[in-house]
Amino acid sequence: MAEHTSSTSASLTLDDVARLARLARIDLTDAELDHLAPQLAVIVEAVAAVGEVAADDVPPTAHPLGFRNVTRADVVRPSLAPQEALTGAPAVEQQRFSVPRILEEEA
Amino acid sequence: MTMTAGAPVTQLMPFDEAIERFDPVLGLEVHVELNTATKMFCGCTTVFGKDPNTQTCPVCLGLPGALPVVNGAAVESAIRIGLALSCTIAPESTFARKNYFYPDMPKNYQISQYDEPLAVQGCVDVEVEGATYRIGIERAHMEEDTGKSLHVGGATGRIHGADHSLVDYNRAGIPLIEIVTKPIEATGRQAPLVARAYVAQLRDLLQELGVSDVRMEQGSLRCDVNVSLRDQPTAPYGTRTETKNVNSFRSIERAVRYEVSRQAAVLTAGGRVVQETRHWHEDTGITTAGRSKEQAEDYRYFDEPDLVPLAPSPEHVERLRRSLPEPPAVRRARFQSTWGFSDLEMRDIVGAGGLRLVEQTVDAGASPAAAKKWWLSELARRAHAAGTSLDELPISPAQVAAVQLLVDSGRVNDKLARQVLDGVMAGEGSPEEVVVSRGLEVVSDDGALSAAVDRAIAANPDVAEKIRAGKVAAAGALIGAVMKEMRGKADAARVRELVLQKLT
Amino acid sequence: MTDMWQLSALELDAALQAGEVSSVEATKAALDRIDGVDSALHAFLHVDAEGALDAAADADKRRSTGESTPLLGVPIAVKDVLATRGLPTTCGSRILQDWVPPYDATVVAKLKLAGMPILGKTNMDEFAMGSSTEHSAYGPTRNPWDLDRIPGGSGGGSAAAVAAHEAPLAIGTDTGGSVRQPSAVTGTVGVKPTYGGVSRYGLIALASSLDQAGPVARTVLDAALLHDVIAGHDPMDSTSVDTVWPSMAEAARNGSVGGLRIGVVKQLGGEGYQPGVRARFDDAVKLLVSAGADVVEVSCPHFEYALAAYYLILPSEASSNLAKFDAMRYGLRVLPEGGVNAETVMAATREAGFGDEVKRRIILGTFALSSGYYDAYYGQAQKVRTLICRDFAAAFEDCHVLISPTAPTTAFKFGDKLDDPLAMYLNDIATIPANLAGTPGLSLPSGLADEDSLPAGIQILAPAMQDARLYATAAPLESLLHDHLGGPVLDAVPALGASA
Repeated sequence: MAEHTSSTSASLTLDDVARLARLARIDLTDAELDHLAPQLAVIVEAVAAVGEVAADDVPPTAHPLGFRNVTRADVVRPSLAPQEALTGAPAVEQQRFSVPRILEEEA
Repeated sequence: MTMTAGAPVTQLMPFDEAIERFDPVLGLEVHVELNTATKMFCGCTTVFGKDPNTQTCPVCLGLPGALPVVNGAAVESAIRIGLALSCTIAPESTFARKNYFYPDMPKNYQISQYDEPLAVQGCVDVEVEGATYRIGIERAHMEEDTGKSLHVGGATGRIHGADHSLVDYNRAGIPLIEIVTKPIEATGRQAPLVARAYVAQLRDLLQELGVSDVRMEQGSLRCDVNVSLRDQPTAPYGTRTETKNVNSFRSIERAVRYEVSRQAAVLTAGGRVVQETRHWHEDTGITTAGRSKEQAEDYRYFDEPDLVPLAPSPEHVERLRRSLPEPPAVRRARFQSTWGFSDLEMRDIVGAGGLRLVEQTVDAGASPAAAKKWWLSELARRAHAAGTSLDELPISPAQVAAVQLLVDSGRVNDKLARQVLDGVMAGEGSPEEVVVSRGLEVVSDDGALSAAVDRAIAANPDVAEKIRAGKVAAAGALIGAVMKEMRGKADAARVRELVLQKLT
Repeated sequence: MTDMWQLSALELDAALQAGEVSSVEATKAALDRIDGVDSALHAFLHVDAEGALDAAADADKRRSTGESTPLLGVPIAVKDVLATRGLPTTCGSRILQDWVPPYDATVVAKLKLAGMPILGKTNMDEFAMGSSTEHSAYGPTRNPWDLDRIPGGSGGGSAAAVAAHEAPLAIGTDTGGSVRQPSAVTGTVGVKPTYGGVSRYGLIALASSLDQAGPVARTVLDAALLHDVIAGHDPMDSTSVDTVWPSMAEAARNGSVGGLRIGVVKQLGGEGYQPGVRARFDDAVKLLVSAGADVVEVSCPHFEYALAAYYLILPSEASSNLAKFDAMRYGLRVLPEGGVNAETVMAATREAGFGDEVKRRIILGTFALSSGYYDAYYGQAQKVRTLICRDFAAAFEDCHVLISPTAPTTAFKFGDKLDDPLAMYLNDIATIPANLAGTPGLSLPSGLADEDSLPAGIQILAPAMQDARLYATAAPLESLLHDHLGGPVLDAVPALGASA
């Protein structure tokens, strides 16, 4: 990752796409990589057009409408029944979601 | 260059030697679960310890289509925490998504705050052995907790070697405040104690604010400890490690000490410290390497589009500021004058993390002197032996006060009182129940005592003679004999009276 | 006599009100029509005959006790991107195959509250990514005007269902044109309300800051009636506008174009637009002028960059929104060959469960947000978004509403653009600016293009919160067009075989 961080003009390489797919948890096949990488390179080149706009002094817009301070009262609402919460779970054990083994602790 | 970090046996340099050679720099990240009635972004209850997945809804389960709405009470708590830490409350702050995949995180992103946190630039003063250290606060921001995984199929219940995991999302979405210090410098050999004192003080402050249960053993206060070393105080910071989930005061002290010793050994051997997450092992008191941060996860933070910015009005912030409790220093001075303790006595109490415990024990009816005596001698000894802190002992201030009341009323003596404390901490019930179940009440029935005194006199004629001759000090031997016969459960003062009555 | 399924929502509502038909009869008629033609169209992914008839019986009961709220008992189709309690909700994706939500989207709850029987869930491009429904994991929807052509997308199912008279009304969602563009190419009316006008709670997010649900109908007034049912503040959606909306139906009934100042957006037309589409647009402009509107050209210079900004903001948000589909809590779970652990199962499931277009956009968004690229891509796109908002603000200083063709072309043939993502993206060029700015837009049919006899659409844009202006402009324009064309555009839609 480090060697990429400063570059902004890059057209996406096959390796970039493979790395991004890993980051996005998609196990792309080699054939898909060959297929998608050039398409993505073309798209990235096209969307890089945003860089042509002089916007140094322009604030970013994250929300189209400028609301502030939307909060709710700290009042308990009914939760789902556990069987509803677990409906559709691929596997259930001891009223918990059963998931494949986890390799590493996270944050 | 030799690399010792990966060596099978971790080399350690004695702490004192490490501090001679290196200057430690600390950083502490504390996560606090707020005690709001509902979660950060939904109306599910936050009660601890309920059946798995009974406190979830589409929002905190991350079901497709569900949307978060900010808990206003959590925002108020966060602002009050920020103010109590002398922070500036940002006129506008935003929520951001921290993107990473992990099964206990329902949406595979955590709603947090990134470049615009709620509170910034504060400080806290902590005292260690008479010296004051000012700890800078970088930021305090809001985020949501994750679910909890149970690792099944391995030998130890630990993550490694487990066959699969079972996830309970009751905890997912509970409001968290993350409090991050600036680099803590110039603490030298006191580094471990400063770290501990800071977290202890933070705990007191949060308790005082009433915003969190701050129960380390329940995970409502969790601490990550960053440590780095450098050759000298003027040098740039060294590479740091981040030791996760150090969840008791004593462990914080030990973890800092351990990392200083470990990193000093690595550096002295010509190695380099690896920037990484490390895991703390409570049982063995060591840290072990976790994920390397050198290929850092790319969290791809961006503004949470499902939420809008917070912009608390200055009036709102002022109103919350006025609701803050007495600052710790003012409070300490007030107690000192009410209780009549010396500076040194107060320092001992505060240093042991016992201020609140003593206060509550006094409130429950014990005298300040008695409250101090129990917490700082008897109970402090037990805490030390158990490797825990005073407030983590399984006994409450009210129970300690009840024990003292038993002593005051003459129903137990000091020695028996210690056994009562043991019984309470062993989970045998209230002090009263322990006295009854263990049969600890002193015997002050004159008939029984008188008979025992007579037997003691008969068994020790020479001692009796001395007393009759006016050597009252010799009475101790007879009292001892009586106490021995009664297995310590006699009222010593009454025994003394009876001895003197019979012989003088 | 007209068959019941041919009635507009307004006509059906009147018939229900007059006691001439029951909701059960109307719902049954719609279900029969679906039975008759949907095998050819594939507008529906799931038909809920039983649930719809139960709801219809309930609506009839309510009416019998004196209730007469608008659209009570009028059946409707719902895009499969909205959560429906107890009804499968797949978003056109394999990864959500068989998922049955334990809750209702707010829009769905409002439909139920209004007593509108839900006929079923309509087809869409997977996770609303596309302009043709070819990206549905369950096969495309066909355009009732020509079964070899696309019905637009992502909400092609809703638009085709309404155009083919399978349902008088439908709900769509519009992130960059997914209501308006399908409406344009199927000869229907489609509306994207002001961002925050309709609750997003239960709308399975594509791009949270752009998504907005809206009505699909055969007439402007029908759309307005449905808009009134689904709009309103929702405390479950932090981005929901806390206001009381004026009646859109009133606006449609009372609208007039006389004296209205209308801006033709210079950047949304001209080169790249099919001649027949442009001709119908020009005709409509002439009609507006003849009716007393003041039509001027306005320039929105940054619209040129809207498509690029959109294809950074949308994939960025989508890459995060779609991270939840990971095989842990619901949906598909694929066990890979070799080492099975949480990480490999996630990656294998997402590989098997997502289609090409979804993968393209997730990877693109992951790229745009990634460390080192954020400022040049996502950050810069957000700035362009600001400039587009400013362009709109300046244009609306001068004009009450803006107009343009809705889509550059009529419906194209299946496969034409499937492997050329950029060409596909161009379909949304005229609709995207409104999503970026959060402003409302409406598409209505402008007629049939001369070269292919397929419907073209005209788009009306209004300032944020001024949704009523859309209807006040579109209703009189619709009537001018009917007079000019000799009837509704949809009258020319092929019959699709005999009704049942």
